[in-house]
Amino acid sequence: MELVERLLDGDRRALARAITLTENEDPRAAELARAVFPHTGRARTLGVTGPPGAGKSTLVDGLTHLYRRSGRRVGVVAVDPTSPFTGGAILGDRIRMRRGAADPDVFIRSLATRGHLGGLSWHTGSVVRLLDAAGFDTVIIETVGAGQAEVEVMRYAETTIVVMVPGLGDEVQAIKAGILEIADVIAVNKADREGADSLVRELEMMLELGGRSRGGRSGEAWTVPVVKTVATTDEGMEDLFAAAERHREHLASTGELEAWRTRELAAEVTGLIRDLVGQKAQAWAETAGAWEETLAQVAARRMDPRTAADTLVAEFLACARSGSAEAAGGGPAGEISGGSGR
Amino acid sequence: MTRGKVRVLVAKPGLDSHDRGAKVVARAYRDAGMEVIYTGLHQTPEQIVEAAVQEDVDVVALSILSGAHSVLVPRVAELLRARGAEDIVLLVGGIIPEEDVPALREAGAAGVFGPGSDLDEIVSFTVACLERRRSS
Ligand SMILES: Nc1nc2c(ncn2[C@@H]2O[C@H](COP(=O)(O)OP(=O)(O)OP(=O)(O)O)[C@@H](O)[C@H]2O)c(=O)[nH]1
Ligand SMILES: [Mg+2]
Repeated sequence: MELVERLLDGDRRALARAITLTENEDPRAAELARAVFPHTGRARTLGVTGPPGAGKSTLVDGLTHLYRRSGRRVGVVAVDPTSPFTGGAILGDRIRMRRGAADPDVFIRSLATRGHLGGLSWHTGSVVRLLDAAGFDTVIIETVGAGQAEVEVMRYAETTIVVMVPGLGDEVQAIKAGILEIADVIAVNKADREGADSLVRELEMMLELGGRSRGGRSGEAWTVPVVKTVATTDEGMEDLFAAAERHREHLASTGELEAWRTRELAAEVTGLIRDLVGQKAQAWAETAGAWEETLAQVAARRMDPRTAADTLVAEFLACARSGSAEAAGGGPAGEISGGSGR
Repeated sequence: MTRGKVRVLVAKPGLDSHDRGAKVVARAYRDAGMEVIYTGLHQTPEQIVEAAVQEDVDVVALSILSGAHSVLVPRVAELLRARGAEDIVLLVGGIIPEEDVPALREAGAAGVFGPGSDLDEIVSFTVACLERRRSS
């Protein structure tokens, strides 16, 4: 695939186009993903999440600057929400990412959620891999303005930085139960505002109470650092950078990094199996003619949905064993997997 | 790329410090279901074209109030060509005297919209340009 060659060669247009194909679920995307995979797994990944307007983009700009200064090539994935009403989106994170804007060793891509929940876009993981394969050895992911449910970034980021700001009041309580739990490092940004010190104290207390030298990715021995920053003036940015790098070293030296990577890859394969088998079973059910009949029974309330699904899956598996399901079910699933189903 | 969304870069080159108009156009594109990358004030032509490449946009819409359009538009068009990105539709809006329009079109602007332009017209013109590009 010529596009892959160009991408691996560092051609920025090719990289940009590859990201578009991936986002659009173009049929060529599966082949692309397969071809770049051997060239991935090298990039150091970071996530930056936190409430809307907390200063995430400004912090990403500062971090980009510091990683560049230590000789790294930085890819940024910045996600903003798609309007549920129009399907359109205004992607404004670049406004605050000025310093890397004309640097050939920085690549910033804005993505819209396109209906995906969790604070990211559907294909964030694949886009990170494309940047990785194109030679960006540091990839920073900015989530949409997030609160409780938007915790998916921890799947792709070795280090997750949660950004908090003074003056949110009761919101801290809500966030405590959500994104704070995924923090490897906490930035108290807008520390030029009143209340920063008391927020730091409050967060540190919470972390102690919550036993947040947790198991999970960071392991038992990691204490989540709380770092004060003023992203607009770079105050505290060196400390934040150092804390993030210390976390990475901690992961690497305890073996948690490899363990986490393996877990995430396993989870990805599991998710794909679920999708593929689901699609194949569905396609089989629809072509085998059992679909209308079963649905009619469900519609008439003679059969409940769970029993209907159980029955169809059992029949599908029986056909699969005898070899007759493959032909019927190969279509849509084959497209997604790039034909790896057989 | 049938499943794709139209992506538009709305950019403000030059020194003028008003971006109300640019924001209004950005919202109109969003309301038409497009993904709009907005990059804020004071962008150089180099930054704009680099952003257009990274974001793989279909359209670059420049908003210029400063009067520097005769320099900025040809420069952006030239840089797009240099990157092999002349397939991107280039549009210009802002305070543009009628007599400057032909030169801007000559330089590579597919459309030029003056102060009184209707938002629906801008959006439908953009869609028409993209359709023409797709079929050619
Ligand atoms: N006073 C002060 N303002 C800041 C600081 N950091 C960022 N800001 C400002 O806060 C506003 C929002 O900053 P962004 O970086 O866009 O915030 P964000 O979290 O990326 O916002 P969304 O992506 O929309 O959720 C901007 O006006 C910044 O200039 C800071 O440390 N102090
Ligand atoms: Mg942002």
